[in-house]
Amino acid sequence: MQVLVDTMPMRLEVRRGERIDRRHTFGFTWNGDRYTAYAGDTIVSALAAAGERIFSRSFKLHRPRGLLTASYIDPGCMVQVGDEPNVRGAHRLVESGMTVRAQNAWPTLRFDVKSANQAVGRFLSAGFYYKTFMKPERLWPAYENVLQRFSAGGVVSESSTHGLYDKRYAHPDVIVAGGGPAGMAAAVAAAEAGAAVLLVEEEHELGGHLRWAGPDALDALEKLRAAVAATDGIETMTDSVVTGRYDDNWVAVLQRSLPHVKERLVKARAKTLVAAPGLIERPYVFEGNDTPGVILSTASRRLINMFAVKPGHRAVVFSANADGDAAAADLERAGVEIARLVDARKGEDIVRVSGGKGVRSVECNDGAKIKCDLVVTAVGWTAPTSLTNMSGDRPAYNPHAGRFFPSSLPDDVLVTGGIAGDGNLDQLLEHARAVGCEAARRSAHIGRRRRAAAPQSNSDEGREGPADSPVVIPELPIAGHPELFMGRTHGVVDYSEDVGSKDLVAAVKEGYDSIELAKRYTTATMGPAQGKLETVNAVAVVAAATGSTIEATGTTVWRPPFNPISLGALAGRIFEPVMFSPMQPWHEGRRAEPLVAGTWIRPDHYGDPAAEVRNVRTNVGLIDVTPLGKFDLRGPDVPKLLNQLYVNKWSKLGVGSVRYGVMCAEDGVVLDDGVTGRLEPDRYMMSTTSSGAAALWEWMENWLQTEHPEWRVRLTPMTSAYASINVAGPKSRELMRRVAEEIDLSPEEFPYMRVRTGRIAGVDGCFVWRIGFTGELGYEIHVPASYGLHVWTTLIELGADLNVQPFGVEAQRILRLEKGHMIVGQDTDGLTGAYGADVGWAVKLDKQDFAGKRELVWQSENDDYFRLVGLQPVDPSEIPPEASQIIEGTKQIAGRITSSRMSPTLGRSICLGFVAPHLGAPGTTVTVHLPDGRRIPATVMPQLAHFDPDGGRVRG
Amino acid sequence: MGEGTARPDPGTATIGMWRDYLYTRSNPAGWTTENWFHRAGCRRYFTVERHTVSNAVRASHRPAAQARTTTDPEGLSAGTERGPDAGPG
Repeated sequence: MQVLVDTMPMRLEVRRGERIDRRHTFGFTWNGDRYTAYAGDTIVSALAAAGERIFSRSFKLHRPRGLLTASYIDPGCMVQVGDEPNVRGAHRLVESGMTVRAQNAWPTLRFDVKSANQAVGRFLSAGFYYKTFMKPERLWPAYENVLQRFSAGGVVSESSTHGLYDKRYAHPDVIVAGGGPAGMAAAVAAAEAGAAVLLVEEEHELGGHLRWAGPDALDALEKLRAAVAATDGIETMTDSVVTGRYDDNWVAVLQRSLPHVKERLVKARAKTLVAAPGLIERPYVFEGNDTPGVILSTASRRLINMFAVKPGHRAVVFSANADGDAAAADLERAGVEIARLVDARKGEDIVRVSGGKGVRSVECNDGAKIKCDLVVTAVGWTAPTSLTNMSGDRPAYNPHAGRFFPSSLPDDVLVTGGIAGDGNLDQLLEHARAVGCEAARRSAHIGRRRRAAAPQSNSDEGREGPADSPVVIPELPIAGHPELFMGRTHGVVDYSEDVGSKDLVAAVKEGYDSIELAKRYTTATMGPAQGKLETVNAVAVVAAATGSTIEATGTTVWRPPFNPISLGALAGRIFEPVMFSPMQPWHEGRRAEPLVAGTWIRPDHYGDPAAEVRNVRTNVGLIDVTPLGKFDLRGPDVPKLLNQLYVNKWSKLGVGSVRYGVMCAEDGVVLDDGVTGRLEPDRYMMSTTSSGAAALWEWMENWLQTEHPEWRVRLTPMTSAYASINVAGPKSRELMRRVAEEIDLSPEEFPYMRVRTGRIAGVDGCFVWRIGFTGELGYEIHVPASYGLHVWTTLIELGADLNVQPFGVEAQRILRLEKGHMIVGQDTDGLTGAYGADVGWAVKLDKQDFAGKRELVWQSENDDYFRLVGLQPVDPSEIPPEASQIIEGTKQIAGRITSSRMSPTLGRSICLGFVAPHLGAPGTTVTVHLPDGRRIPATVMPQLAHFDPDGGRVRG
Repeated sequence: MGEGTARPDPGTATIGMWRDYLYTRSNPAGWTTENWFHRAGCRRYFTVERHTVSNAVRASHRPAAQARTTTDPEGLSAGTERGPDAGPG
């Protein structure tokens, strides 16, 4: 026990209301040294109990920083925990064995070399970065290097494990943002009125300022917490924050402290939102106001009453309100000597604080210089009007109260608590209860209105009910408060960004005289605290510098997120299906390397893609092409739809034939390609690229619903209804003979580009088209999906003597590249027109209409587009990585490589690529710039196909 | 899907008219008619009259071409115009 007391010299005796649990102690490290914490301690409260006062170095000048607010937003308390950077140290609870380090300090927190910036501070003035690092352009990379080392923030570890993040959707009637007394009372009242309520509190427990405001407040807090717990219909989330409010009360809530997941993003659609964020205490601007030991009155009361930590030994309290006086009384009871209470209401002021790594003395405006180690300021409040601002409100300044209030709110957003006014606790709770009732009433009204507006309802339930009268919300008194922002000396305004009042005045002098301009120029309010502490002080400084008023200067716009959201939480758990073909168990049995292709998992290869390629060229291979988009089209007007969608003609496609087609968007850019076959007079089957299938469905629906609803076409997506297998290679016909019934496979009866229906491996209802993406004789079999595995294994068994082998996506990519078949999206991009993609031969401009026709007419008349060509590096062993640039001269970009592989068939590297119009002639030598800086020559080929350009093999 | 523009006849439209159809939007601060698609539900395309400042919706309609046609064997386009707050359903 003796050891513990020694390690926590600033810890006070047990006090009622403390949130620490002294029965459990934890060890943790801070910059490598061991410390002890009680359960319930934050990182910073535990360190403060141990007597530590410096927790970080400031962003620009590297001044030592201590705690200021002792809450989530505390700008001096951002630390690195393990491999997690930018942890809010005054919020994060200590866990056993935690490794905590200071950020933004090198080599150590106490001796920071970059604090030399202080000596040159006059050069790091407003707009310093903009002015200094502009020219010359060639030095930008060097500047970037230097600036990165100086930037704030922790270290992201590349080896850190990804945490598990989650998402959830919620549909409460009422969201109450803020779990202080007003939020709790509003939630209880709304729930009692029948609403489903989501109560969200940023800190670790409900209670707001009642937690540190003395015995009466603690009595009230116990009652309120009991009421919340006892009321049905309230879901409470603590350590969670409403980060944004969007249209129709789409509210984002970030939930932390959950078992098993790091964070969860709750997407809540609420009928009404009650903003009860309380008040944030404002720092005072004066010389030395960022010295460790200068803290806010709320920070002092939090430390003493919630954590039983004595903030210092000898204090000067600068107070402009009753809360400051209460803080002084708290300090006295905690055994801190009050050297002086400087009363702002009597015209007293503090001028400057002296001390480097901690407060040594404070000078008052009457000349007194008082030795102390703690300065507590209580100069007023800021209402965090961000949620109301996001609801379309512009906050208005009230000089009587010295703070901004919401001015006009939409019907579905209400406010209560400190953001709405002051008054005593009873008045506050009465207001909150009325707001809660009214929020519930409006929610019910909005719900009834929505149900009434929904199409047909068989009963009268849901019709708009009798009008009820609004709940009378009592006026909440607004207390007078001195307008106190900045003293007689310059000090820090934005602690996170290290922006002082001097910088803002300088910015105004340079002409940045609106608050929105001065903010961007100095970056005040743009750091991790995002304006919660500093906006109003910045506005006051700019107003004074421009000779204007705070009302006229206005405030900056608060935008989401209210608090930072980790990228992990935004990514969250992805609610997308993961799709496998019915043959997946077989692929896994053969240890296929999986490839993620959109929503599908496909075999990339089965060990040796080059061997798979050779087997297709010499024997026969099977590839699972189930993800190919497939659409069943029926009706007399299908040819009209096909003519509209494809650039080529479809009117004369006979039954039993298939045709390759290219689709363009209305801007003439290649959208998709594939084959479509006519199975019966009024029945067609369309195939699309795997990745394009979902978008194509919408594209076709769009034409049918909006432009040509008169066409009689029934469109059914069939992608996963059929399992698809491509049988390719010179021995594919022999293999097909062994499984096909009712289909004559002779070259005369089933030639290239035909489709046949029949029974495959005993399975009825299959269709087979003879096409050749790989450049070999090939058949694409489509079987009802549930028989896919059966047909696949039958083909493997019956083809053993033909040496049938599976091949994966990689082998197919090589095969098609050898054959010069482009892949839409790989060999084309968002600017590639049909002519540039070398499919101009398919475009039939004499058709009356088709998607993209007008643009393609223009393209045909303006042939200055980059074009897709076959390319072969002169050195056959060089494989330029895909996306390598083709250049002319020293730096003129004249194309790029879109596909490149080593061809096992040809024994040399082969490519497809785009080249500028004047480089497209066969035989032209182009220069390819490799990522490693080397430049290699490559030859433009006569055609896209590197292998069998005449197509003798596919037609065989 | 954004503000609706009528598709010109590709046979007679100048390239300028075509690019207006593709790219030019009036983007008013006020009432505008937009094309919508109910992807996760009925998969219907429809138009919505929406106020871009208040986000209020005052009416939704079937696509213009659907209203022109008389063939509607399944009665799919039998709905009526819907008032404010009806939303896309």
